[in-house]
Amino acid sequence: MDMINVKINGVEVSAPKGTTILQAARMANIDIPTLCYLKDINEIGACRICVVEADEGRGKRLVASCVYPITEGMQVYTNTPNVLESRKKTLQLILSTHDKKCTSCVRSENCELKKMANDMGLTDEFKYEGENIQYEIDDSAAHMIRDNNKCILCRRCVAVCNANQGVGVIGANERGFKTHISSAFELGLGTTSCISCGQCIAVCPVGAITEKDSTDDVLKAIADEKKFVIVQTAPAVRAALGEEFGYEMGTNVEGKMAAALRRIGFDKVFDTNFAADLTIMEEATELVERVTNGGKLPMITSCSPGWIKYCEHYFPDMTENLSSCKSPMQMFGATAKTYYAEKMGIDPKDMVVVAVMPCTAKKFEIGRDDQNAAGVPDVDISITTRELARLIKRCGIKFDKLADEQFDQPLGIGTGAAVIFGATGGVMEAALRTAVKMITGSEAGDINFTEVRGVAGIKEASYKVGDLDVKVAVASGTANAAELLKKVQNGEADYTFIEIMGCPGGCVNGGGQPQVPASVRNFEDIRAIRAKALYDQDAASEIRLSHENPAIKSLYEEFFEKPGSHKAHEILHTSYVKRGLY
Amino acid sequence: MYRSHVLVCGGTGCTSSGSAKIIETLQAEIDKNGLHDEVQVVKTGCFGLCALGPIMIVYPEGSFYSMVKEEDIPEIVSEHLLKGRIVSRLLYQETVTDDGIKALNDTSFYKKQLRIALRNCGVINPENIDEYIGTDGYAALGKVLTEMTPEQVIQEILDSGLRGRGGGGFPTGMKWKLARNIVPDADQKYVCCNADEGDPGAFMDRSVLEGDPHVVLEAMAIAGYAIGANQGYIYVRAEYPIAIQRLEIAINQAREYGLLGKNIFNSGFDFDIDLRLGAGAFVCGEETALMTSIEGNRGEPRPRPPFPAEKGLYGKPTILNNVETYANIPRIILNGAKWFSEMGTEKSKGTKVFALGGKINNTGLVEVPMGTTLREVVEEIGGGIPNGKKFKAAQTGGPSGGCIPAEHFDVPIDYDNLIAIGSMMGSGGLIVMDEDNCMVDIAKFFLEFTVDESCGKCTPCRVGTKRLYEMLDKITKGQGTLEDIDKMEELCYYIKANSLCGLGQTAPNPVLSTLKFFRDEYIAHVVDKKCPAGVCKDLLQFTIEKDKCIGCGMCAKQCPANAITRTDYIAPGKKLAAFEIDPAKCVKCGACIEKCKPGAIYKK
Repeated sequence: MDMINVKINGVEVSAPKGTTILQAARMANIDIPTLCYLKDINEIGACRICVVEADEGRGKRLVASCVYPITEGMQVYTNTPNVLESRKKTLQLILSTHDKKCTSCVRSENCELKKMANDMGLTDEFKYEGENIQYEIDDSAAHMIRDNNKCILCRRCVAVCNANQGVGVIGANERGFKTHISSAFELGLGTTSCISCGQCIAVCPVGAITEKDSTDDVLKAIADEKKFVIVQTAPAVRAALGEEFGYEMGTNVEGKMAAALRRIGFDKVFDTNFAADLTIMEEATELVERVTNGGKLPMITSCSPGWIKYCEHYFPDMTENLSSCKSPMQMFGATAKTYYAEKMGIDPKDMVVVAVMPCTAKKFEIGRDDQNAAGVPDVDISITTRELARLIKRCGIKFDKLADEQFDQPLGIGTGAAVIFGATGGVMEAALRTAVKMITGSEAGDINFTEVRGVAGIKEASYKVGDLDVKVAVASGTANAAELLKKVQNGEADYTFIEIMGCPGGCVNGGGQPQVPASVRNFEDIRAIRAKALYDQDAASEIRLSHENPAIKSLYEEFFEKPGSHKAHEILHTSYVKRGLY
Repeated sequence: MYRSHVLVCGGTGCTSSGSAKIIETLQAEIDKNGLHDEVQVVKTGCFGLCALGPIMIVYPEGSFYSMVKEEDIPEIVSEHLLKGRIVSRLLYQETVTDDGIKALNDTSFYKKQLRIALRNCGVINPENIDEYIGTDGYAALGKVLTEMTPEQVIQEILDSGLRGRGGGGFPTGMKWKLARNIVPDADQKYVCCNADEGDPGAFMDRSVLEGDPHVVLEAMAIAGYAIGANQGYIYVRAEYPIAIQRLEIAINQAREYGLLGKNIFNSGFDFDIDLRLGAGAFVCGEETALMTSIEGNRGEPRPRPPFPAEKGLYGKPTILNNVETYANIPRIILNGAKWFSEMGTEKSKGTKVFALGGKINNTGLVEVPMGTTLREVVEEIGGGIPNGKKFKAAQTGGPSGGCIPAEHFDVPIDYDNLIAIGSMMGSGGLIVMDEDNCMVDIAKFFLEFTVDESCGKCTPCRVGTKRLYEMLDKITKGQGTLEDIDKMEELCYYIKANSLCGLGQTAPNPVLSTLKFFRDEYIAHVVDKKCPAGVCKDLLQFTIEKDKCIGCGMCAKQCPANAITRTDYIAPGKKLAAFEIDPAKCVKCGACIEKCKPGAIYKK
């Protein structure tokens, strides 16, 4: 490989050809601040915060280090007065257009812009104050709010929406000072083919894009004595919640989370893992059914509401391929308001099911049609991991001092197969573990289906299950999903079963997870680090097969009779809409 | 064979002053007089003297009729074309001398010009490929394909010293050489033409496209051969409908003649050209933004490197040259690099086309050798400044350029000299200003343009130029301070050094150059709260000198704001009571001054 030698602040660095100054500086342990840059996704050199002085033999010039490649013999200076003063002016200009209501901003604690201003020692944020355009706040979507008055036009949201998700419902409108991020023809996001994945929220450095906060609704329900309020937590939440309380990324805080939820005041603290196991029972049955009876193949998973909405908008002809299973969150709510309500003698109307999800599309999902098994919505409130962190803080709970606690019984029992639902490939692996048993009658020799693990956008594998050749594929991030589905549509692939997750890497990297600043995101793989926490939990679990979950066994014995029964279909399955674009 | 040819300008300028109707009437008159076998009417491209349109030249006499009206046509036909008697009264008066008529090329407007890029404009019918071929058209392409290797072509262009006419002045041959060699195994390359002329007041590219479209096609094919590309794109703004129409005609004719398409001149070389229409964003003249726009995306620049020679259109090696640059190529190939490099200055060879505008008598297009002084252009070719006013400055380079003050009137114009005095060549707009122009206002005008035309991608340009404009605006309203001037200057240097593309990097130039040469005007606005040129409305006060007022009331009738009322005062010797202006109501439109017969109203 061609190596290029440069000097950064006098330190010699040797890096492969094509390395940017920013990356080379990192190799020399020099940090350069960035705003717009997102590795591989948004490399546009637009914000100009990362400027450094580079001398290629023709004198020093300011260049954007995030996109400028190193050249042999180049001298780079990252901290000269000219560099520091330039960055400061850029920041002051950005701040002159930014609605600086920092005290009441939801991002106050982790705003990248605010931190940068502090790090730079900025003392005059009003230096270039001038005329500004007042933008209307867009709250038309079920899951989020866009406040362009806070937007700093880094375009990270535009880039993830386009590059990762292949959705592209937001972009730059108008030009010059009037440039703003919006949808085509200034349509409200709720009327576009936005899939509610929330990836834009996850990458926004400031408070311009935020989820619709439902924490007050949760506290109100808990305070209402007539309501029986139960909570369920998705697998991926435990792998990321700790980050909000200073834990290292990838720390599993399941026990502390259960303890905190109890202290917030929920009547029962349950686990979506229980419903994940239930989903496997239903989905594996459906798959076997489709394979043996010539049903529509490939069958595609339906756990991710971002993916479902994507399919309905962009691949309406493939909604028949979707498994009719509700998502685990909805199965949980449906089971809670039927089986559990009946068991406990509670009127489902008096039960409030709160879901804690790594996801913003869940806020859309709870309002979908055909998701009300007991005649009331299966799930009443869906909050993100971030909102849960806010709730815990608001309730004055010293999270790190809590002793670990267990989930309540019986809807708090989940297996190792369920917890890996939070990572891309997890649903596939869990389903394969059970499908082998269902098809062959005996357990798989090795229940670790490692071929479908890992952060690759598209993964393929084939397995011999009994007499059957089962070809499977796994995709995460809807742009990858589109690539995979086009192959299916063109007849270039004949999969039996496909797992698709809306967010790249699956739920661990969901749009509702704690925001990770670009300074970390650009150099570490969030997806892999958080996923490891889940795979570790699976490996350490006593029960690692959904069909071995004792609570699930009793549920079928006492209530549903068997997977895929008529009653199960009534309560646990749903239907889809062909939405198309606009 | 015709005995007479009547050339009528069909460029945008003359078309808007009615030349299409003139041509129609002329043809009808000719038919009516039975002259259709003897006299041929040719619709040409632009002659350059746009202020005198519609323009008509009758050959063989070379009689130059200017500002021709439809009602003049019967007389021109019956007198001149039928009877051979030139209608002197309708001629461009500078060509009328005591001994008859003077050739157009001997008039002051044309005498110092040297037309290479514009050589066919106003001479041939741009819609007829045979006329282009008749003036050695496509001979250069033939020579290149049959006698020269691509390397030789590039060497010829390098040796000629030709530099990009779009503004930057990058050596054209160097650009071609890089595109040929930098990616040795490229499967596809592109040749693009930048016809997204956007500088306010510049229209030389439009003239070439309208008057001589084939020269661009021929040059692009030569470039394609030189770098190894077989596809070209002309990115032309949709606001140039005549240029687009003629390009379409030209491309079709060239394809019919086998001069575009497969196996040109049986050489095995394939090359074709397609048009792409720009929607009028100024930034799309920036090379990477132009390519992004051709690709179907929002026209925004991309960071460089990679440069287009390595990764341009669709990520492939691409060259982009401007229309005027291409217009020089066939001549260089036919006449040789030496011929071209003998014209101009040490580092700027050949000629440059300028669009003369502003406070100047002969507005229009001129082409002069590099090194011609500003004085020659303004005073001799341009015919000086109207109404005997004094030259104050010339603005070159459009919104990216600067103002050149009178002290540099004798600087030979070339790329490097203009940069040395804080301006730039740009695409060749040249706006002349006299003592009535306020330099702060001029800076504000150009900055307003860049604020509007910034693409909004990078912070320094998007926000910086806007804040700069606000500071200038404050100064023109008399609200500025000396500290504002320093803050503004500091912001200018920041924007130049930090912006993503050429638009932002040059946007502060109009401010910096006026600050450099006309700082006293800024100080007058800030300290004395006065606009010395009497332009900035907020710093002006309109007053009626009561002793001069005859009380006619025309001013009050004209005033849109009802700010003028009659007083009780009758000046000595006057019959009616004088008027006065209420400064609180006055909107400073100046309508009263225009109507005041005794000249009793002043602004100060």
